[in-house]
Amino acid sequence: MWKTILRRILIMIPEVIILSILVFLLAKAMPGDPFTGSINPKADPQQIHHLMKINGLYDPWYQQYWHWVVHLFHGNLGNSYQYQEPVTRLISGRAANTLWLALFTMILTYAFALPMGVYAGRHEGKLPDTIIRFYTYVTYCIPFFVILVLGIWIFGYVFGWFPTTGSISSSASGWLSTIGSRFYHILLPGILGALFGTVNIVQYLRSEVIDAKSSDYVRTARSKGVPSKDIYRHHIFRNSLLPIAAFAGYSITGLLNGSIFTETVFSYPGMGLLFVNSISYRDYTVITALVLIYGILNLLGTLLSDIILSIVDPRIRIE
Amino acid sequence: MAENFEQHSDVSATDLARLTQEAQAEATPSTAKIIWSEFKADKPAMAALFIIVGFILFVMIGALFINTPKMMETNIMAYFNQPFTADFWLGADSGGRSVAKQLIVGSRNSIGIAIGLTIISSTFGICWGLISGYFNGYIDWGMQRVYDFMMMLPMTMMIIVLVTIIPHYNSVTLTLIFSIFYWEGTSRLIRSRTLAESEKDYVAASKTSGTSNWKIIFREIMPNISSLIIVDCTLSFAENIGVETGLSYLGFGLPAQTPSLGTMIANANDPNNITQYWWTWLPAALEIIILCLSISYIGQVLRRAADASQRQGAAD
Repeated sequence: MWKTILRRILIMIPEVIILSILVFLLAKAMPGDPFTGSINPKADPQQIHHLMKINGLYDPWYQQYWHWVVHLFHGNLGNSYQYQEPVTRLISGRAANTLWLALFTMILTYAFALPMGVYAGRHEGKLPDTIIRFYTYVTYCIPFFVILVLGIWIFGYVFGWFPTTGSISSSASGWLSTIGSRFYHILLPGILGALFGTVNIVQYLRSEVIDAKSSDYVRTARSKGVPSKDIYRHHIFRNSLLPIAAFAGYSITGLLNGSIFTETVFSYPGMGLLFVNSISYRDYTVITALVLIYGILNLLGTLLSDIILSIVDPRIRIE
Repeated sequence: MAENFEQHSDVSATDLARLTQEAQAEATPSTAKIIWSEFKADKPAMAALFIIVGFILFVMIGALFINTPKMMETNIMAYFNQPFTADFWLGADSGGRSVAKQLIVGSRNSIGIAIGLTIISSTFGICWGLISGYFNGYIDWGMQRVYDFMMMLPMTMMIIVLVTIIPHYNSVTLTLIFSIFYWEGTSRLIRSRTLAESEKDYVAASKTSGTSNWKIIFREIMPNISSLIIVDCTLSFAENIGVETGLSYLGFGLPAQTPSLGTMIANANDPNNITQYWWTWLPAALEIIILCLSISYIGQVLRRAADASQRQGAAD
């Protein structure tokens, strides 16, 4: 068990190093520089040249990379050229928004998916099962950004039930109304994300329940006279819960990758929107930091899922 | 062969012909036949197939008759022309450009990229999965580490960074960039099936009789998992339509002067467009939904045809 986890972590280290080099080189290869036009359109080329020099942008790439790594371990990711603010502070402000949205979406996803999965498995082949399977099929194959655009059009503009931009309204004051306003802003993207992200959990839970229905422990419980409702609630559901929990890691990675679309559509100031903006301003420091953070979060999410799965299922463990 | 057979046997030629016919009738029908009978049994699938094939042919041929640079010229007289008029069936956008024509050319571009992406990434993914699954041991271990690394990359971000690096990109370079990242799902699926397949007796028998590894992989294992490959290609085609349109929606896909379904939906980013001028983006959004639903419905039917226990068609 511990061997498996240790081994996974050891494999992660070279992966992160390669990713950091790759990201660094890619950001360097992007055309343009962060200074031309940003200070003053009529700025002297000599002055820009000087700025590039004192920022170390003319050094060979390995020296720049080394500087960057040394600073990274001091918790310093450099300054954003666009916002003139340390990248760590800039990102930590946005990261909270993204993570709250992801967390909310995930809780809702489980709230929708668990009853649906159990119900579909319990009534296998009957009408509710057909409806739920049709629902998961429809939600699975439509590209998510189309749903977001349609959702913000219908519920944000036509009905006007939900805010369409930002993460907090400007009139919110006091902690209660601040929290309320924040929650109100993540409500629509969260619900849409949850409604259209249930497929994996529902399908997995459904097949688990169908398998469990014919297993020995369920038959024993039945012959003891346990009511059918309790069998599903206490025996089958509890048994399938842990593998389902393992999906949390994967679904976090999925949500993070989707955050670029969600935040662009809803103009929600999180890391995804920051990334899209930084790309157009060639803000290298922010771009490299964000890609690295997303990569590491991806790794941790998969690691979390794999660990839970290896606890549940001994076949996965590496000898 | 037949003459030789007649000399040594007392079965007459007519009997032989009848027996052959009977044997053919009883034999397992070919894959194409199974798929066809499955489609005939499922009316919605038939409808989906006609919609898809008809629509793709329509936009491919229709786009040939449209002069794209001329269509993309700004025409201030037609600024946000209402839809359902004689000149503009679906209205015009902020530049006075016909939405209907953009939709046809845009669909051609988006579907074309999706087809190209499916062909390139599936071919690569299939080869990767077959090789990784067949050669167990170090080769598999190394290939799995590369796979893990690719899975860790934040895909959308990496594509956006690559697109900004390449100075003059067009639909071909764009397809290639997407292909770098979208082979993983296929390769994982094919690998797990190949692992199971290469334990079977026919592979061992072929190995002992001295068949080369490559011949076993591509002439013996691959045909045996062909139904899985067909199903996977169809489903990834449906997914790939979302890939290009999504990136174009964000502004990092096809360049602005090349219409795509994604750039048309990006019209909805303007709060005025999304409410007042719905015709500039809604048709493209609905088209993507219908396309994706029909294609993956066909994929579901193919999957059923590949799995004998789920067939609905009378395959006898």
